[in-house]
Amino acid sequence: MDVLTDNFSTFGKGFVGTVELTVYASILALVLGFVMASFRVAPVGSFRAFGTAWVTVLRNTPLTLLFFAVLLGLPRFGLVLPFKVFAVIALGCYTSAFICEALRSGINTVPRGQGEAARSLGMTFGQTLSTVVLPQAFRSVIPPVGSTLIALAKNSAIAGAFSVTELLGTYKTLSELGYNIIWTFVWIAVGYLIITLAISAVFNVLEKRWGVAR
Amino acid sequence: MKALSHESTALYDVPGPKTERRHKLYGLLSTLVLLALVGWLVYLLFDTDQFTAAKWTPFEYKGIQELLLKGLGNTLKAFAISAVLALALGCLLAMGRLSEHKPVRWVATLLVEFFRAMPVLVMIFFVFVALKVQPLPALVTGLTLYNGSVLAEVFRSGVNSVERGQREAAYALGMRKTQVMTHVLVPQAVRAMLPAIISQLVVALKDTSLGYLITYEEFLHAGKLIASNLDYDLPFIPVVLVISPIYIGMCMLLSWFAQWVSKRQRRNPKTEAADVASAEPGTLLPGRQ
Repeated sequence: MDVLTDNFSTFGKGFVGTVELTVYASILALVLGFVMASFRVAPVGSFRAFGTAWVTVLRNTPLTLLFFAVLLGLPRFGLVLPFKVFAVIALGCYTSAFICEALRSGINTVPRGQGEAARSLGMTFGQTLSTVVLPQAFRSVIPPVGSTLIALAKNSAIAGAFSVTELLGTYKTLSELGYNIIWTFVWIAVGYLIITLAISAVFNVLEKRWGVAR
Repeated sequence: MKALSHESTALYDVPGPKTERRHKLYGLLSTLVLLALVGWLVYLLFDTDQFTAAKWTPFEYKGIQELLLKGLGNTLKAFAISAVLALALGCLLAMGRLSEHKPVRWVATLLVEFFRAMPVLVMIFFVFVALKVQPLPALVTGLTLYNGSVLAEVFRSGVNSVERGQREAAYALGMRKTQVMTHVLVPQAVRAMLPAIISQLVVALKDTSLGYLITYEEFLHAGKLIASNLDYDLPFIPVVLVISPIYIGMCMLLSWFAQWVSKRQRRNPKTEAADVASAEPGTLLPGRQ
């Protein structure tokens, strides 16, 4: 218990760091994932090819390699940003591939007849999308998007090893100060459990509210 | 690709001649933009002197090649060990979760949920730093615990996805629970879940790169050693250009294998009584059945 009470500010900083990384990277991943998903279902061939390439490459890239390339590689091109921004870019791009697949399979669950019916009623593309297809797709993408965002929160631990302030990185400071390393890890684990279970709870509520029974 | 333009989807109608021309124009424009982007990247690479002889000759040295191969070997070694152990742990935990004894089920559920909610890197660092274990065992332990508990969920959902009639028929023939499991449910479940299992192994292969962070001498570590060598003019970008295709290629091969298995198993008459999983790692929210 001493480890936590004595170093509450260190743990707090790490916790906030992880939450910030998770939130910013989630926003980037959701936006990019949505763009890539719309590319993958577009009627134009080159958009589809680009979306497919993005997803295939990023889904098969080890995240450590991506961090390695982005955090240590981009500065070679004269692009110097804080490490935190690089970490958000790496995490966000990596997760966007998984979000894209979740959204795409959600769109594919909407039967073709729904869109055909909407069009035959004279709805425009925007109306079809916003009032018919997306509301139905949204219901079936809640669980996969939730588990992807939980994976993102867990993956943010890698950023700590590249000297970004976050929860896992606090163990270094504390072991230098001579605190019990096992208890340090217990509290780090508790911190991560809080974050992942919180995201899980949010998505369980969303699922209860809007999800469909399958 | 072509088939899509002759069929309507939920989003788009079948394009008429005018729309088709418009789509062709968009396609041309976007291809040009993409090509310009690629060209700009190549220009950047040349502009920042990434293709100088000094940075690329090291890859011709025997020592460097051996260093990279040794790193690759270490990566595959860590993957092989943790894949086997994770499969074994997954079976064990799945058996626990499907047990008829409440305490066993309870302990297995607790373990699975805990290891699934914990970042794999935290487990690796815990074993490496707090228990002061060598890098390879630390990496293997972390990967085994995480992937084992995810695989346990895959196995369990596989067994549960086999049609109820199969289990009932087996019990009606007078089989014991163990017999029902080993002769009827597990063979069908494994066939149906094979794509998901292989996809989870892709995750394990990708995560072996975490060994780099605990100074395990794997592929990325070898790359880092070469990249930080002043004699070769710090060839960081060349190293990334060499390493990433190999790494990504290995993972892609395994992913494609999973998709191929998925397609094959779907046609297999032996999987009629269970839904074949798609070639994707498990996406079950923690704490849900």
